[in-house]
Amino acid sequence: MNMYEWVEIIFFFVVLLVLVKPLGIFMARVYQGERTFLSPLLAPGENLLYRICGVEKDDEMDWKRYAWAMVLFNLVLFVALFAILMLQHLLPLNPQKFPAFSWQLALNTAISFVTNTNWQAYSGETAASYFTQMVGLAVHNFVSAATGMAIVIALIRGFARRKTSMLGNFWVDMTRGTLYILLPLSLIGAIFLVSQGVIQNFSAYKTVPLVQAITYDKPKLDDKGNPLKDAKGNPVTESVTAKEVTIPMGPVASQEVIKELGTNGGGFFNANSAHPFENPTPLSHFLEILLILLIPGALTYTFGVMVGNPRQGWALLGVMLLLLIASFAVLQGVEVSGNPLLAKLGVQGANLEGKELRFSLAGTNLFTVATTGTSCGAVAAMHDSLTPMGGMIPLSLILLGEIVFGGVGSGLYTMLAFAVIAVFVSGLMIGRTPEYLGKKIEVREMWMSIITILTAGIVVLILSGIAMITPPAAASMANPGAHGLSEVLYAFASMANNNGSAFAGLNANVNFYNILGSLAMILGRYVPAVAVLAMAGSLAEKKYVPPSLGTLPTDKVPFALWLTLVILIVGALTFFPALSLGPIVEQLTMLGGK
Amino acid sequence: MKEIRPAILMLIMFSAICGGIYPAVVTGISYAIFPKEAKGSFITDKSGKEIGSALIGQPFSDPKYFWPRPSAATDFGYNSMGSGGSNSGPTNPDYLKMVASRVKTLRDSGVSGPVPSDLIQASASGLDPHITQEAANVQIARVAKARGMSEERVTKLVTQATEERRLSIFGEPRVNVLVLNLKLDALK
Repeated sequence: MNMYEWVEIIFFFVVLLVLVKPLGIFMARVYQGERTFLSPLLAPGENLLYRICGVEKDDEMDWKRYAWAMVLFNLVLFVALFAILMLQHLLPLNPQKFPAFSWQLALNTAISFVTNTNWQAYSGETAASYFTQMVGLAVHNFVSAATGMAIVIALIRGFARRKTSMLGNFWVDMTRGTLYILLPLSLIGAIFLVSQGVIQNFSAYKTVPLVQAITYDKPKLDDKGNPLKDAKGNPVTESVTAKEVTIPMGPVASQEVIKELGTNGGGFFNANSAHPFENPTPLSHFLEILLILLIPGALTYTFGVMVGNPRQGWALLGVMLLLLIASFAVLQGVEVSGNPLLAKLGVQGANLEGKELRFSLAGTNLFTVATTGTSCGAVAAMHDSLTPMGGMIPLSLILLGEIVFGGVGSGLYTMLAFAVIAVFVSGLMIGRTPEYLGKKIEVREMWMSIITILTAGIVVLILSGIAMITPPAAASMANPGAHGLSEVLYAFASMANNNGSAFAGLNANVNFYNILGSLAMILGRYVPAVAVLAMAGSLAEKKYVPPSLGTLPTDKVPFALWLTLVILIVGALTFFPALSLGPIVEQLTMLGGK
Repeated sequence: MKEIRPAILMLIMFSAICGGIYPAVVTGISYAIFPKEAKGSFITDKSGKEIGSALIGQPFSDPKYFWPRPSAATDFGYNSMGSGGSNSGPTNPDYLKMVASRVKTLRDSGVSGPVPSDLIQASASGLDPHITQEAANVQIARVAKARGMSEERVTKLVTQATEERRLSIFGEPRVNVLVLNLKLDALK
């Protein structure tokens, strides 16, 4: 890294850490129903919203009702989005006259956005109308993020409350998260992004002349739109000259900002945050990384405030930071050294395949670890073209269960499940009843934590295995050999952990991936979410056990290190065999010069 | 079933707020403060006609123009209706063959010495408007010869089309290929 890159990276973490405390306190106040500086502006609208929707603010829910409200809301969201995608051609704001999605693609896309995954088997600029992007996709970016935050707040209340079965009201938590946290931050962020050149308009696409006309070979198609082949089976092409090019437009900035802030990740355009209209300058790049990590980072402080000891939050944030920085260091190291197979051809420089020049290499790599450590999945570089070890970093961050900052809400609740397991294992080792935050950890909490942590892993391994023995699924791979396995593994890891980024060479818009992927996204989102709420319910009912001499302090460095170790051991035991067949083999092949 | 009413009404309300009011407000403010950026940072010719966006690259292969990075956009390079990367893995034999042929094209055009990696590796968006300063430098001799200009004059234009680090820290210095080529054409 050059000096500028060091300054950029260090400055980034300083800004992030400075924002954690004020935003964390603000969010705690919002969710505890206290007055904030936005209350005079937003409270009347908030109350009106409850009246219209028939919600009683003080009508607290037990875990089952909370979970039911969450699941039901998501079901309604799914139906609405599915309908928008299927009826796109009849709806307004469609200047390019895009047709409806196929049902398989609509199913996959609707589930993808409702589950906060934002896996995209379509390409935005040639398939989605402005109405679909705004009223369909962007709305779900808000509410799926607010849903994740509501769930973690319910879990935190489970730790903080005593001898009650009540966890709060889902509708109130979801509404407050959207109105007080997501919307104001999005508004500020969107305007900043426009200042950098992110577009925000409703124009039809614009056609401009090319300075130099370009001749290229275009595959000839038959009447049905299938590529023609000659007698030898080679595709028939015709020479075409392009004299002009069409530049897509749209309300991008308003969607770009919530895509990162809500760790959603669904790009307006196919190239996602690598597209110059989504991410035009190094400063927009800086802001976008910050937006990805901001809420997941600050939620650790909210957690600390609500359980009465901010240091509990700092301990978890420390673990996240440690894993993030370590991942960044490895990725930066391997990408700087470039591709030895190209060096043989006389090429000099870092591996720039699938990277943009306006972001520094360190900035690009920081985006990659931030987007996969959280469940964001926006990309500013194409992960498929990273060096093999480089590609293993985002893959591993996803496989660890999206806890390195993690998705908004979902990251922290999965991390808390890991903390419960870490406390339990250490309790076994020192022979004491395990306690976390004054609550005894018993059979039910252990079950729910294990379900939370292992669901995604089990889904990933089983579905990747099925893909390997299904010929049409294997045919989707873009690169041969070990790299192809990495592509499939990455696809299911990304969907089951609700990340949404891809080793995008894989042709995922086929029935196999659309349908099994939908299943992976549903299981990966709702099984842990309901398990977490069940754990919250049982924790809330327990009495508080004051710390004694035998209690393991969970707000100190040794616990943070222990928790890191537990996370790495669980991750390695689950995925090491699969990783060694994919990226590790490929790296060895590449270094061997083959 | 008590929760059905809020589920449906919340969806409708938030669709209106987050899908209607919010983007409309952002658009309104953007048009008021940053109208050029909001509309796509278009470059206009003397008559005011839009001839391309400063943010979106264009394809060039003529020796008299600076060449951009390879592009993996669908159909043809720098087709902004088909943004995307090659997604080639680093050990893919087809990919290595393609890179070798790109290196050959550059060698044939007179580039000796190390080839800057950005000139033979495609960008993520397929629309990257920039090349590195090194990649511009290795092309100066060719462009100067094709246009019958002195290398000093071309070098000066390269410097003018170079974007520095933002706030002196962020990003890397880089050359905007479309802006540079338009400057070259404007000299005639």
